[in-house]
Amino acid sequence: MIYLETPKKYKVLAEQAHQTAMNMLRPISRKYDIAEHEYPKELDMLSAMIDGLNDAGQTDGAGATGVRKTEGAIDGVQNGANLASVLGVKEMCWGDVGLTLSMPRQGLGNSAIASVANDEQSERFKGTWAAMAITEPATGSDSASITTTARRDGDDFILNGEKIFVTSGERADSVVVWATLDKELGRAAIKSFVVEKGTEGMKVERLEHKLGIRASDTAVISFTDCRVPVANVLGSPEIDVKQGFGGVMATFDNTRPLVAAMAVGCARASLDLIHDLLEDAGQTVDWDLPAYNQTAAVAKYVQMESDWEAANLLMLQSAWMADNRQPNSLEASMAKAKAGRMCSDVTLSCVELAGTLGYSETELLEKWGRDSKILDIFEGTQQIQQLIVARRVLGLSSAELK
Amino acid sequence: MSLIRSAKNAVTPGGRHGVSRRESRDAIGHAVSALNTFAQSNLIDRLGMRKTSEQAVYQATKSGFKAAGAAGRTFSRSGSGEKQGARVPGAPKKGVFDLTPTEDEQSLVEVVADFATEALRPAAAEANETCEAPDEILRSSLEMGLPILGVPEDLGGIFGERSAMGATLVHEALAKGDMGLALAVLAPGAVSTAISLWGTEEQQQTYLPAFTGDAVPSAALALSEPTVLFDPLKPGTKATRDGSGYVLSGVKSAVVRGATAELFIVGAELEGKPALFIVESSAEGVRVEADPSMGVRAAGLTRLHLTGVRVGSESLLGETDGTTYVEAVRLARLGWCALAIGTGQAVLDYVTDYVKTREAFGEPISHRQAVAFMVANIAIELQGMRLVTYRAASRAARGEDFAREVALARRICTDKGMQIGLDGVQLLGGHGFVKEHPVERWYRDLRAVGVMEGGVLV
Repeated sequence: MIYLETPKKYKVLAEQAHQTAMNMLRPISRKYDIAEHEYPKELDMLSAMIDGLNDAGQTDGAGATGVRKTEGAIDGVQNGANLASVLGVKEMCWGDVGLTLSMPRQGLGNSAIASVANDEQSERFKGTWAAMAITEPATGSDSASITTTARRDGDDFILNGEKIFVTSGERADSVVVWATLDKELGRAAIKSFVVEKGTEGMKVERLEHKLGIRASDTAVISFTDCRVPVANVLGSPEIDVKQGFGGVMATFDNTRPLVAAMAVGCARASLDLIHDLLEDAGQTVDWDLPAYNQTAAVAKYVQMESDWEAANLLMLQSAWMADNRQPNSLEASMAKAKAGRMCSDVTLSCVELAGTLGYSETELLEKWGRDSKILDIFEGTQQIQQLIVARRVLGLSSAELK
Repeated sequence: MSLIRSAKNAVTPGGRHGVSRRESRDAIGHAVSALNTFAQSNLIDRLGMRKTSEQAVYQATKSGFKAAGAAGRTFSRSGSGEKQGARVPGAPKKGVFDLTPTEDEQSLVEVVADFATEALRPAAAEANETCEAPDEILRSSLEMGLPILGVPEDLGGIFGERSAMGATLVHEALAKGDMGLALAVLAPGAVSTAISLWGTEEQQQTYLPAFTGDAVPSAALALSEPTVLFDPLKPGTKATRDGSGYVLSGVKSAVVRGATAELFIVGAELEGKPALFIVESSAEGVRVEADPSMGVRAAGLTRLHLTGVRVGSESLLGETDGTTYVEAVRLARLGWCALAIGTGQAVLDYVTDYVKTREAFGEPISHRQAVAFMVANIAIELQGMRLVTYRAASRAARGEDFAREVALARRICTDKGMQIGLDGVQLLGGHGFVKEHPVERWYRDLRAVGVMEGGVLV
């Protein structure tokens, strides 16, 4: 039975997240946009509240942590942790993307752990705040050619290399680091390692100054003979050429819907505000009137809203598929591609519609216009998503469609 | 005014042949114009000055007719006009996010999809030329029950509950075969669904037995009008009260299979509010004129001229406050969105095969990102169109407000549907421009979405 509304089960969750975003994040949104590298101390309180809700069984995973796929048969159509997560993240990012990314224990590294860790690791890393370190100075989208190395030494691996663009790299308790066991073996030799803060040889070199999401710290981290126990390798520590890249890449099937949810939330913030501003200017939407009979501003609003609706539903679809154990890499990439470009168009068009009022720091429209850009870049750029979708739709390998 | 305009046209070129009024002729222009008049004259032919092959066959077989409405049957009245007709209940609300159609919907769509592949697609190219749907296709569509998708089960219909979602899936599946033929076979269902949704007991008992019986009438929901910036909620067609009945005057356009239609539902303004009227083709003052258009030609589009057409009080369908009318507009737009998705899917499937086999520079063109990304974007936007439309349809089926959702569906299906049509041709290059491949037809068909009002209704 086709039903594409917020599931009844998570209405309360979404409303709570919305209230939290409105009353906790919005009031400090501009503050930490200006004070770029200052730690948003208010978030500790928030995170304590979320832990409380989690422990009371109120949320079913409001952040990035609830994406683990459990094995076994499922009975009927499921609305589970994946849907709960995207609904929560969407509302929080309606509040503020940078602050949401700075939420303790809701890092993308937590998603990686949730997606590929074994039971022992899941238990051991419970409650950790994990950042994700993939990108290197010379390797971005081409994540298979990373140069950070991991050399086996007894019960340890020794890491050497430099990682950039590590979100929450300074604040997190640990970092999930991608490194290769053998560059010659390509993708199959890439493993992810949980490196805890304070491990000798791991050093935060500096924090980046950014266009947007300035509340979130973005670190450069170096690894010099950094010793990590074998037990901290996520998944098998052996090189399995057959399994290839699948293990680490599987993380993306879970994180891409989340980033799409961030874009959907951020764009919604702009749309909600511009709706009011247009109304104040005497521009109201008539849903039945053809676009050419509306004012240009209203026609633009309706077009933005339609793109938003498509992105939102593509995003929900990809999470719903994960909840129902259907392979969702294609749909996750579709969602991220659509949500990323939609969010850029919406936030930047809303600035234009509001003129210098939108451009000025007196409103948050200009901030959302800056925050949105990263959402079409991290966790796979627009172009990488298109590449993935194209390969899937056309049935082509990465050797055929480069 | 018109006199002034025609006098001006004698000397200036504006206002005709798509030339703007702001244009003017200079000396060369006048000379060329004179030469052209001469070139068109029959005199030179009588003098044997032109090869016969140069004579343009101007009148296409089907494009020029003007006729009174089809000589229809007499629908014998029964039932009470005071009593509300039978109504299907709304679909249930379970509250679980779900993209899976019901079993009933799935099995119906399977049958319809086969029909689209095996019957509609092979007949599409010819039907585009002849501007009519083949009889055997119309017959099969009746056997499949397409005209009674929205008729209450009690009155011989198919679904026990509101069928907007199921009908949306059916529209999509048919349009994957061919949009024009889909429109042709779906048109009677628009009328029977409207009568089922809003008819009085009398209207239902008078007309619905014809749809559930063996001799299903050709029928059309006529909401569009041929004016610039047409607002469907302010139709130029007027209804005025006349005794206990009404008199209708105006022109409706893009009326599906109007030449054979025995029954129309016409949108007209009554006392400042838009309303729907049931008009039988045999009524005095009904004239139908062929109106072949850019695409969906298999649907046999016509203009319906209403000149002082008198109808009885029982012809008013639904409310006079505009609420019935606006719901009809929305449900029709939903149908068009579904048609766009079906045709969009046809484009995606076709270009996927094509770019993988077409070679350039020594390898399939699909190996180039410039080509592959266009295909990826078609896939992404098409799925977005589909989900936005499904959300609107499922809300409609549950009897929830869907004004916003259907407006968004129409917007995105218009924008991205046309883009898909455009890219479909572009990906085939010159081959896309010729009729050897269906993409040029889909391109023309997809322009209809966003232009059309009425015709279908879910």
